[in-house]
Parts: sequence; structure tokens; C-alpha cells
Amino acid sequence: MRQQLDYLKETPSQTAGPYVHIGLAPGAAGFDIYSHELGWDIAGPNAKGERIRIEGLVIDGTGSPVKDVLLEAWQPNSEGVFAHPEDGRTVEKGFRGWGRVITDFETGEWVFDTVKPGPSLGRNGKMCAPHISLWLVARGINIGLNTRLYFDDEDKANADDPVLSLIEWERRRPTLLAKRSEKDGKIIYRFDIRLQGEDETVFFDV
Amino acid sequence: MRKPAEFYQRDRQWHPPALTPDYKTSVSRSPRYSLISLQSSPSEITGPVFGHNDIDPLDKDLIYNYAKAGESAIGERIILHGRVLDENGKGIPNTLVEAWQANAGGRYRHKKDTYLAPIDPNFGGCGRTLTDETGYYYFRTVKPGAYPWRNWVNNWRPAHIHLSIFGTGFAQRLITQCYFEGDPLIAKCPIVKTIPDEKAREQLISRLDLNATIPLDTIAYKFDIVLRGRRSTLFENRLEGN
Repeated sequence: MRQQLDYLKETPSQTAGPYVHIGLAPGAAGFDIYSHELGWDIAGPNAKGERIRIEGLVIDGTGSPVKDVLLEAWQPNSEGVFAHPEDGRTVEKGFRGWGRVITDFETGEWVFDTVKPGPSLGRNGKMCAPHISLWLVARGINIGLNTRLYFDDEDKANADDPVLSLIEWERRRPTLLAKRSEKDGKIIYRFDIRLQGEDETVFFDV
Repeated sequence: MRKPAEFYQRDRQWHPPALTPDYKTSVSRSPRYSLISLQSSPSEITGPVFGHNDIDPLDKDLIYNYAKAGESAIGERIILHGRVLDENGKGIPNTLVEAWQANAGGRYRHKKDTYLAPIDPNFGGCGRTLTDETGYYYFRTVKPGAYPWRNWVNNWRPAHIHLSIFGTGFAQRLITQCYFEGDPLIAKCPIVKTIPDEKAREQLISRLDLNATIPLDTIAYKFDIVLRGRRSTLFENRLEGN
């Protein structure tokens, strides 16, 4: 008999369901159980770079906002450094690069504050345009969806980005661009995520 | 020298597909275009790091973490324990595991849950812990009850605990549900059956573990969790995966 390979199989995913807030964002859902809620402060007080707000909706195939989504964000700091031992460089004290938000139960709007990430290293020494990795889960989503948020004021870097370039259909690339505006002196980027239908957001198998 | 490089590709035929019409909510929430496949870059290989400052030791004890002083949650007292491993069989140390569940009557402490089973005043229904240096984790809780949900008019969820796991890279991020051996509702559940492969479904069923009980006190179920593994870069002169 041949030898056996002894790799394990990844645990299969299941939907986060309608009550994901209890487990992962109890404070945001108005449920006071932990002394310290995780994921509400991505950049921390010492982060250098441009302070930005990102906001949007998650929209389903009927055109309706989805009101029970949980999103997580992962990004490097303004110099493109990840707060992770494998990066090898250091970040500002308190910079975590990870955040977690839920959509509003009434409107479906989500929002988080952070700093704009710098260009970061991609594969084989190639640079990536500034981007934030997003992962979203909800009732009706069987396995978390991965996408990337890029910035619409980074034309040059976006044009050279190895991941955006991989999207064969050029007309789908803008689904990953957050739109910059200013409101009351605050920099806002708008990023609506369409799960299905016209202008479906590009999702990745990472 | 062996250095960890990119992740093994995720086996999408082992996981549930996005569109599973018998689980009705998936129909309008499933992307229709194919996912674009990416090889791992630093954006996916890195991910958030958590430490003991982030959580409280009592967070992993759902029987007491929301109970009034001197009281405890109602229900069958259980330990849920196991290891978080990667596909190479190696324990993943110091990774965050979060859990949430219904109470013993099948009711969630959530404003959207209107099931008639009562809220237990001493049970919150969520917990979190970090794996130890071998990847081991445990929670103490009560066994959740089954409950009805609107899909077809007569759907009942098998007893389950939701689990969220991080790993070391953002590409390992996973949410799943742990079921309990012997529950006849597992085979009937449209959410369980979003997973096409019978063997994959069985991977979500925890086993009664009499060796891990606390005699005369708490029964135990074992549930190992496997996250994606990584390739090794075997030779220094080869390009790294990232």
C-alpha cells in the first residue's frame, strides 16, 4: 500500500448567523459583558499619517442594505508596515491595524476611523497600492467574504497594483475604489459593498 | 532552513458554496461572479496579534462571566475543549478563539431573538480565550438548547456553539459552528447541509469526552479546530512566497 499523506483538512466554515454581535461585538450591540471590547480602535492615538473615516453600506441582490453584517479590517500603517512579527519592522505604539465594526441595525451604515495606509510590499518585491483588506460575515453568508478597499485618489499606484491588474474585467476594478470627500474638515472615503447584482464588488479567494 | 511561506490553497469544495438555496437567506447575499484567486502576499500572511491584556481570565467561563455574585447559568454544565491546529497538524499558540451561543432553553440574549424560551438572567452567551503554547483551548459553559428559526416553517437548529478563530494570518480567519454528537437535528439542518461533503460535516460534530469531564460536576466535549497550513520555503536561494 502507498504511504498516506497526513495533512489535516481545514475546519469547514458556517455562517456567522444573525446573532454574531453577541459574540464578536457585544458592546457595539449594547450588551455590556466584557471590560474591554476588541477592534474599535484600529490606529491608536500615536499613529502618523492622514486620519480618515471610511463609511459605507453592504447591499444585497435586491438592492437593500444588509443590516446584520460584521466587517473586519486589516491594514499596515502609513508607512506600509504591518503590526505583525513577520513584517520585521515596528509600528507606532498602540497601532494595531485591525478593526471590527457592525452595520447599524436600522440603516445598515457602517463606519470606522483609521489612518490611510501607505503602499505595502506585495509578492516578489513588488509594491501594492495603499489598500485595506476587508472580511465580512453575516447571516446568509456561508463563508466570510474577502475584498480589498483601494483609494480613488491614488490613480498612479492603483494602475500599477498587481492585484487590481489581476482583475481581467477592467470595468469591475472601480468596485474596489473608495471615493474621497471632505465633510466638516474630516476626510471621508465612501465604500459601498455590493454582494450581488449590477456592479457586484470583486471578492477574492485569498 | 525552513521558513513559513504562503498558505495552502483553501479547498472550496470542502467549504459551503456561497449560494445554497435551501438556506434561503444565502440567495440574495451570495456573490454571482467567481472569486478572484490571489497567491498570498504580506496582506494575507500577516494578521492581528492578541495578548493576555486584551481579555480577562473569566471571559472563557460562560457559566459565571455574566452571572450575579453567588449565582450561575442554568443548564447542563459542559466543558468544550480541544486544540487549534493548522493543516500540517501543528498547534497554533496564542490565538484568539471567541464563542457565542443560545442559553439552555435555546434563546439568545439579542434584541432580534423573540423566541418564547426565557432569557436566563445569569447567562450572557459569549466567551473568548487565547490558546496556550500547544494550541489548546477550553470554555466552560452550558449546553445550548435547540431552537426554531424561520427558513421553512418547521426548521430547528441543532444545539450549536458559534466559534470565531484568527490564526496568525488574515487569510486564516474563520467562523464556524460546533455541534454535539448524537443530535438528530444535525442531519436535518439546512445550514449544516450547506456543506456538501458528509466527511466535512462530521468535522463539525464534537465528541463526548469522558476523560475530560470533572466527575460529579461537568461533562465534556472535544472539538479540534483546523486552520489553513503554510508551505515551507526549503532553500534560501528560492524566492520566498511573499
